[in-house]
Amino acid sequence: MSLLFYIFSGLMLGFGIMVIVCRNPLSSALCLVISFLGLAALFVTLNAYFISIIQILVYTGAVMVLFLFIIMLLDIREEKSKDWNFLAVGGGVVVLFGFVVQLISVLGGYEDGKQKMVPFPEDSSHEDVKMIGAEIFTNYNFHLQVLGVLLLVATIGVVVLSRRQGKEGSENN
Amino acid sequence: MAVIVERPKLSILEKFYFPAIMKGLRITLGHAIRILRRKKKVTMQYPEEKWDNNLPEHYRGAPALVTDEHGRERCVSCQLCEFICPPRAITIIPEEIPPEDQWSKVEKRPREFEIDMIRCIYCGMCEEVCPEQAIFLRKDYAISGYTRDEMVHNKKKLYEIGGVREGLVNKWNTLK
Amino acid sequence: MPILISFIKIVMVIFVVILPMVAYSVWAERRVSAVIQERVGPNRVGIPFTKIRLFGLGQPIADGIKFLLKEDFTPGHVNKFYYWLAPALTMVPALLTCAVLPFGSELFGEKMVIADLNVGPLFIFAIASLSVYGIVLAGWASNSKYSFLGGVRSSSQMISYEISLGLSLVPVLLIFGELNLSEIVWEQSKNGWLLLPFWGDGAIWNGGVDRFFLLFPAFIAFIVFTTSIFAETNRLPFDLPECETELVAGYHTEYSSMKFALFFLGEYAAMIIGSGLIVTLFLGGWSLPFGLDAYLMNMTGDPEQIPWWLGLIHIGTFLAKVIVFILFFIWVRWTLPRFRYDQLMRLGWIIFFELALVNIFITAGILILTRGSAS
Repeated sequence: MSLLFYIFSGLMLGFGIMVIVCRNPLSSALCLVISFLGLAALFVTLNAYFISIIQILVYTGAVMVLFLFIIMLLDIREEKSKDWNFLAVGGGVVVLFGFVVQLISVLGGYEDGKQKMVPFPEDSSHEDVKMIGAEIFTNYNFHLQVLGVLLLVATIGVVVLSRRQGKEGSENN
Repeated sequence: MAVIVERPKLSILEKFYFPAIMKGLRITLGHAIRILRRKKKVTMQYPEEKWDNNLPEHYRGAPALVTDEHGRERCVSCQLCEFICPPRAITIIPEEIPPEDQWSKVEKRPREFEIDMIRCIYCGMCEEVCPEQAIFLRKDYAISGYTRDEMVHNKKKLYEIGGVREGLVNKWNTLK
Repeated sequence: MPILISFIKIVMVIFVVILPMVAYSVWAERRVSAVIQERVGPNRVGIPFTKIRLFGLGQPIADGIKFLLKEDFTPGHVNKFYYWLAPALTMVPALLTCAVLPFGSELFGEKMVIADLNVGPLFIFAIASLSVYGIVLAGWASNSKYSFLGGVRSSSQMISYEISLGLSLVPVLLIFGELNLSEIVWEQSKNGWLLLPFWGDGAIWNGGVDRFFLLFPAFIAFIVFTTSIFAETNRLPFDLPECETELVAGYHTEYSSMKFALFFLGEYAAMIIGSGLIVTLFLGGWSLPFGLDAYLMNMTGDPEQIPWWLGLIHIGTFLAKVIVFILFFIWVRWTLPRFRYDQLMRLGWIIFFELALVNIFITAGILILTRGSAS
């Protein structure tokens, strides 16, 4: 099990770095896809099938396809290697530093052997879909409703925007 | 004046696609069943079944030269067919018939007569134009060869295909 | 040992069932199209060097050899890496999805499914949604207008129809209350197929009133789902991505030899898996109709144990159903003309999306009315 963990986390991190290093935007997007797939595989090793499937379905199957679509339609060419932008690099280092400090402070709170993680179910027969569903629709029902309204607003906004554009287009014609 | 053709108004059933799709499926299934029950036969299993017996009387196949009942080659090398041939498939090299020959009064005969079967379009103009009725379109249609040279029918081959044709013009006989 | 059994199952399913089926569905396509158009179709290739023809059953093998021996030409203007990657990316997801399809009940006490996941249908959607990458990459890497337009069309079509595909599945999952495909099939085996609930607890005379009323939403879901599968697999009424009158051959214009064959066969593999999914969800998977399963199992004495011959019958039943569906796919292809692109999008977004959405509410309403709120 731990061997699989190292393989997949290695895949994830490696391709995550490739996302930034690659100069071709298409390659970056595809590296991100593989990184997501590695994450999904990690979820599978935790027997969290539903989350991993949703990870693939939503991120690699829908979001990244749209990304690719846009990259293709905008015809973004390979980026020429630019001079170092020290402001951006500095900003990145600061963010990275903050993140590491946060990680250390959180993980440092755990004392060895004192606070045990909840053991994940060993067999694959547990019904994680039902568990997640019950949790969301009972304890987090209000949050779910708020999210739903948010999405509805976004959908209506998109429809309104595209309609207005359509009208202008017809006037121009 | 421009005429605007109105789109036909579709009824509700037609707008629903579904009945139309079912109708289409029924039609194709009908055709399938008809062919499966051997009610109708369209395709000929070619190498086993051949066209030979079913060819119409006027079928135009490979052109060939013929000899008459005395074994004389009918062609007198007038080269009319060479000139009329639309794809210029025919090449004739004429020669004089030597005086000691039985048919020396005919004066000319082809030394070489070649029809390039890659070029031939089977139009039958050579047959139509020939004053001596020496070239005929036969019913052979499967002309094939491994090389381009094989596809050029020379005089020997043409007479082999054509064979003997009796009757028709006998002007050379009467002048004997 | 479980790994070995899984391995045997994978090899059997992929190399003994799916790949020959892919090859022979191409042959079936040609024969059926010929019959529909009152022709004969490929009927000559049989056993080599003999006069035995076997109705042309040797044709797929001859085609395969031809594909392997043809020149594999890579045009100079393509992006080599993605050009090579794309065909594999279309074939692999199509084959991966068969992992969760239950193709039989049990054989010698072993479940006839490669991975008995609790998220079967979702797994199939997730993997099938990856197959769009192959097509998009093929279109992009080929660096040609036709391929590019084919790839763009394909991806927008797949994204659009994935929504109605997923939504039309929700009523089915609501009815069964289950995400495990094997369990869904067992349920249908005992209590009636989704579209034919006339035995067990599903029959209306045995108190299966809910199933009777649920026939209507189930039928709507079936129509939407089947049509969306057509669109997802780029089959004819929706084969806009490779529409030859406009785009030469669409996304695989620049491909030749075995790379082209992978696109070609990937489409057929997707079709087979799609048929398998439809059969599993709506038509009882491997189960025999009218409670014959229960009858045969009772006959042997032990109702819990499935004898080996019944296991084989179940596998045969599943394959027979899938073959019938493949023939249906082919029949539809040679009947219907191609949709126009705006019609395709309208059908997906305005008709099927709403229909599937309303269908969920209808199903939920019927379920509440017939089974009560606490279920």
